[in-house]
Formats: sequence, structure tokens, C-alpha cells
Amino acid sequence: MSGRSLFEKVWHDHIVVPEGPANPAVLYIDLHLIHEVTTPQAFTLLKENGLPVRRPDLTLATMDHSTPTVPIRTLKDIDIVSAPAQAAQIRSMVENCEAFGIELHGFGSEQRGIVHVIGPEIGATQPGKTIVCGDSHSSTHGAFGALAFGIGSTEVAHVLATQCLLQRQPKTMAINIDGTLPDGVTAKDIILAIIGQIGVDGGTGHVIEFRGSTIAGLSMEQRMTICNMTIEAGARAGMMAPDDTTVEFIAGRPQAPSGAAWDAAVERWLNLPSDPDAHFDKEVHLDISRLAPMVTFGTNPGMVVPITENIPADTGSLSFRKALDYMGLEAGQPMLGTPVDIVFIGSCTNSRLPDLRAVAAMLEGRKVSDSVRMLVVPGSEKIKQQAEAEGLHEIFVAAGAEWREAGCSMCLGMNGDVVPPGKLCVSTSNRNFEGRQGVGARTVLASPETAAASAISGCIADPREHS
Amino acid sequence: MERMTRVTSRTVVLPQTDIDTDQIMPARFLTTTDREGLGKAAFADWRYDDDDQPLPDFPLNQPGAAEAQVLVAGNNFGCGSSREHAPWGLVDFGFRAVISTQIADIFRNNALKNGLVPVIVDADTHRWLMENPGAEVTVDVESATLILPDNRVLEFPIDGFSQHCLLEGTDQLGFLLAQDEAISRFEQDRP
Repeated sequence: MSGRSLFEKVWHDHIVVPEGPANPAVLYIDLHLIHEVTTPQAFTLLKENGLPVRRPDLTLATMDHSTPTVPIRTLKDIDIVSAPAQAAQIRSMVENCEAFGIELHGFGSEQRGIVHVIGPEIGATQPGKTIVCGDSHSSTHGAFGALAFGIGSTEVAHVLATQCLLQRQPKTMAINIDGTLPDGVTAKDIILAIIGQIGVDGGTGHVIEFRGSTIAGLSMEQRMTICNMTIEAGARAGMMAPDDTTVEFIAGRPQAPSGAAWDAAVERWLNLPSDPDAHFDKEVHLDISRLAPMVTFGTNPGMVVPITENIPADTGSLSFRKALDYMGLEAGQPMLGTPVDIVFIGSCTNSRLPDLRAVAAMLEGRKVSDSVRMLVVPGSEKIKQQAEAEGLHEIFVAAGAEWREAGCSMCLGMNGDVVPPGKLCVSTSNRNFEGRQGVGARTVLASPETAAASAISGCIADPREHS
Repeated sequence: MERMTRVTSRTVVLPQTDIDTDQIMPARFLTTTDREGLGKAAFADWRYDDDDQPLPDFPLNQPGAAEAQVLVAGNNFGCGSSREHAPWGLVDFGFRAVISTQIADIFRNNALKNGLVPVIVDADTHRWLMENPGAEVTVDVESATLILPDNRVLEFPIDGFSQHCLLEGTDQLGFLLAQDEAISRFEQDRP
């Protein structure tokens, strides 16, 4: 019998009722992250059935998707700043959390931020946990060796009411990544290259474990960027083995265990990595030693090329043509030099302190092109404070960029921060779907470094020529 | 959830591959706090012009589409965001089944909880359905089969538990609530 993978260890540790032909497994959830957009209908379901929230203490609530990125002092300001629908949704979150006894990291809380940024930041995200959220980028938390995945609002209600989910055991896929990252190339480029290689449905039905020497050498922030976009390859979740880097990141955070509990936790965590003879249903290999910065050219994250290469020749497929037509680009044309209107630095993919430092290093002493509007949106209140303590915001503002309040912002344009129709945005976010950043908006996904270089140049630019 | 046993209907075909949930339900409609009424917003950016008028070429705007209950779409339907607003919108429009060669995991889970049956077919059948929009097909949940106009009967995979819930019209929450004792025991045994 072969050994067990990281995924299998976490999965089996959380089985309340094993799966059988007539029923999926009842899987226990250790941490439930909730936000204002996908919970109202779930709370309604609880109210309709007269049910309480089973474990408010395992429920972490914040507001991020429809929140404005201009300063809000108190909840009252929301009615002046936001459109009525967004304001109502935010108020409903506050009321529901109060009614069900859930602590809300809302306006005024130093722990508010993008849900996938604050979980790790406050130490709630830990190896071996099962973590879910009504948001597909829950895969982010897999960077810590947690099993984390996105769910719909009905399932949010299931977890609120029972702290459990009904799940069939997914298959496993190992993606082995080796090689040293070349200068100017980032974790974002690795995950874009992987999605380009396996396709936007390459991971469907699978939990991916990212392994290999490259992963072991990455920081937690870089690992989160990779796991964050696992969903863009269609996978159920992405995971990475916890190691010393993971342990060091968690140590001392507000919700990290302490004393004897810390020692016990660390021992447990470091036993989680896959056994050497663990079996995977699929295996993929990638050598990144010659990887270039990657940029998307189409309308899903799998339509991606190295920045120095041209858009592929016309494949004749309807979706390929429709994508290029939407983007206003031609088959065979270079991406370098394509005029840029907006640059967005932010989202649960790339809004953490090292991302902001990389952008600041690129912008220091330089100016954002006159033809470009640039937004820098930190992932959390805490990151905003840290960036300001380092003076990064002064560099952004001096270069001509806008420095905003924390939130999801222009990643999905729910809060009023939108890319106008037909405008092209180089974005550090995770989705270049049609209309994702606003009706008719054109999105090119890239690393923070590529986005910053493009902001300076006014067109898509290679960060390796701007460092 | 309403019972879903069998549906016979003309198909509507959306030939694009990788149709993501941002297309099915654009983010600006996610500000609602209700589940109902999203049918009008389904595929809004493909369905209406700048003045919110229906685009006549779009398949959902063509004659007969308003009564259609089966959607046929390109490979990897429903990828992207976990928003349940996507199946809510499709069900509110009138769809009870969606057919493709692959359906994204989260969308499939959400669909099954709302009486929308995900039907996976082989590439040849899929090609035929794509080339014959408006064909009358039957999706039968009890036998987990798709019946084509030439009376060919094709089985499709469906989880037995989800199938049971569709046929009975029961919410899965009831099953979970009945596990209360096992859940409490599990919680007590945790380190």
C-alpha cells in the first residue's frame, strides 16, 4: 500500500461520516470565512429554518467585495459613498453578524481586508485545517497545507448551520516545479505558465499539490499567489507542504497557538507533507529556470504567452476569435508595446506587502505615463499600515498612482472601481474574463513587476528592462 | 428545492468553450440579497445592447428560447467564480438541465442544489447537439439518461445522493442536520 498524500491526510482527519454509495462524506470544516456578497441568501436560509450558527467561533467575517476604496470612517458614510445596492448589502452583513453572534472585522477594524489576505495575516489559516468560503479564491489558503476550497451560498448555509459539508473525495494531481526563478520573473508568472500548460479545465475534479525545489524556496506570499490561482486551472483546491517557512510565517500571529499548544501544533504540521511513496492520479512537471514574465492576451487565464512572444496564430476556434475580437488584438501580434489605459495593483492574488514593495521599487524616482491611470489597492488594513510605515505610499503618489483603501476593488469591479468599456487594464488580479473589471473592460493579467513597468511605459513592457 | 424528475424540451445552444460564471451572471448583479429574479440578468453582457435592448442574434433571445429548459454549452461550462447567482439566474430563466462535455466543479455542486441537472456527454453527442440547436431532448433524472430525438438513450454520470435529492426535491441541509450526534462526537474528540 502506498503512502498518503498531504491532501489525503487532511481529508481523512476531517471525516465525520465516511462516504458510501448512498451518501457523500460529511466533512468537518475548521475555518469558515464569510463576506458580504455570498452570505445574505445563506443567512436567509438559516432564518427560514430557525437555525443558529453552530460555531460562530470558527467563523471569520469581513467585508471586502463591494466595499469602497475611498476612506470610510463609520458605517454611516457608506450611504454617501456607495450605491444603494452595495450599501444595503454591507448593512445586511453587519445585521446578520450581530443577529447570529459572529464577530465581524468591518469598518474601523484593523483586521479588515480581503478575506483571503486576512485569514493568513491574523494566523487563522493554519496547516492541516479545512477552510471554506463562498469565494473560489479560497484555494489561496492551500499554501499553508490547508485543504481550502470555494463553495456556493447554499453550502455556506450548510457550514453555518452544521460546520460540515457533503463532499465526494476528489482525485489528486501533483505539479512538480523545479529550477530557480530568473530575475524579474515571479510566482505569478509560474502559475500563469501552469494554467497555460494544463488549461483552464486541466485540474477539474482534482486537488493539486504543488511540489518540487522551486516551491520549497518560495516565501509564503509567493506560495499564496500560486495557490490562489489554482481555481483558474479548474482544480478543486491547491496545496503545498508545510515547512519551516510556513511555521515561521504563522509564529506570533494573533490566532496562532502559543506555549505547549504551539509546540504540539508545529509537530503535527510538519508531519503533514506527502509520504515519499504517496500516489497521485496525475503528475505534471515544469522547469521554470528559463521562464519569462507571462501576460494574458485573451479572455481566460489559460490564454497566456511569455511577454517576449507573439499572440499565437489563429486556431480557427470560435472562442479564440471571439476572445481576440473582445480584446481588440490580432493573432500573431506581439503583446509588448500594446497601449495600456489602466494599471491595477491589488486583489487576493497580488496585494500583499512584498507585491507592493516590488511595485514601489519599480516606481521610485519614475512617473506613471500620462496616458495611464494607476490604482494601488492594499489587500488589508494591516498591509496598508505597514506599507505607509515604510513610505511606499509616498512613492506611489509621487509617481502619479492612486493609493486606496483595502478591498477587492477593480479585480471584479463590484464597488464602483471599474475599467471603462474598451479600455485595456494590466492587472495583478486573477481573471481576465469578459467584463470582469467592468462592462467591455479588457484585462491583461500580469505580475506586479510587469504591471508597474507597463504603467511607466504606457504600454505592455518587460519588467526585466526596467529594474 | 422543487422536485426534478424529467424534462423534455428544445435546446438552446451556446457554442463557446469555457463559459465562466462572470458571463452567466456579471458581478454587478451580485449586490442582490435575494435568490429570485436573476433570470433577466443571465448572460446580460451577451444578451443586451448598450441600451439594454435584446440582441436578436443571441441564442437566448431567439424565438422559442424563452420556453427552452435545456441549455447546451461548449466544454468546461461554469468555470471561475463560485457565485451561486449563476445557477439561480439560469433556473429563474427556465433552464432545468445544462449539457456539456465538462462542467466546472463548483458550478456543478451549486447547480445540483438548485434543481439544475448537469449532464456530461461524449464529444460526438456534444457535436451533434451543437450542430442541431432546438433539437427536442429529454433529461431523465431517475434513469440518469439523456434521450435524443432519434430515441438514442445515453447514460450520464450523477452522484446517487444528488440524484435522490433532485427526485425528492429535498435540500441536503436536512441530511446534514440529522448528523448532529456524529458531528458533536467529532468535535469532542478533536485535539
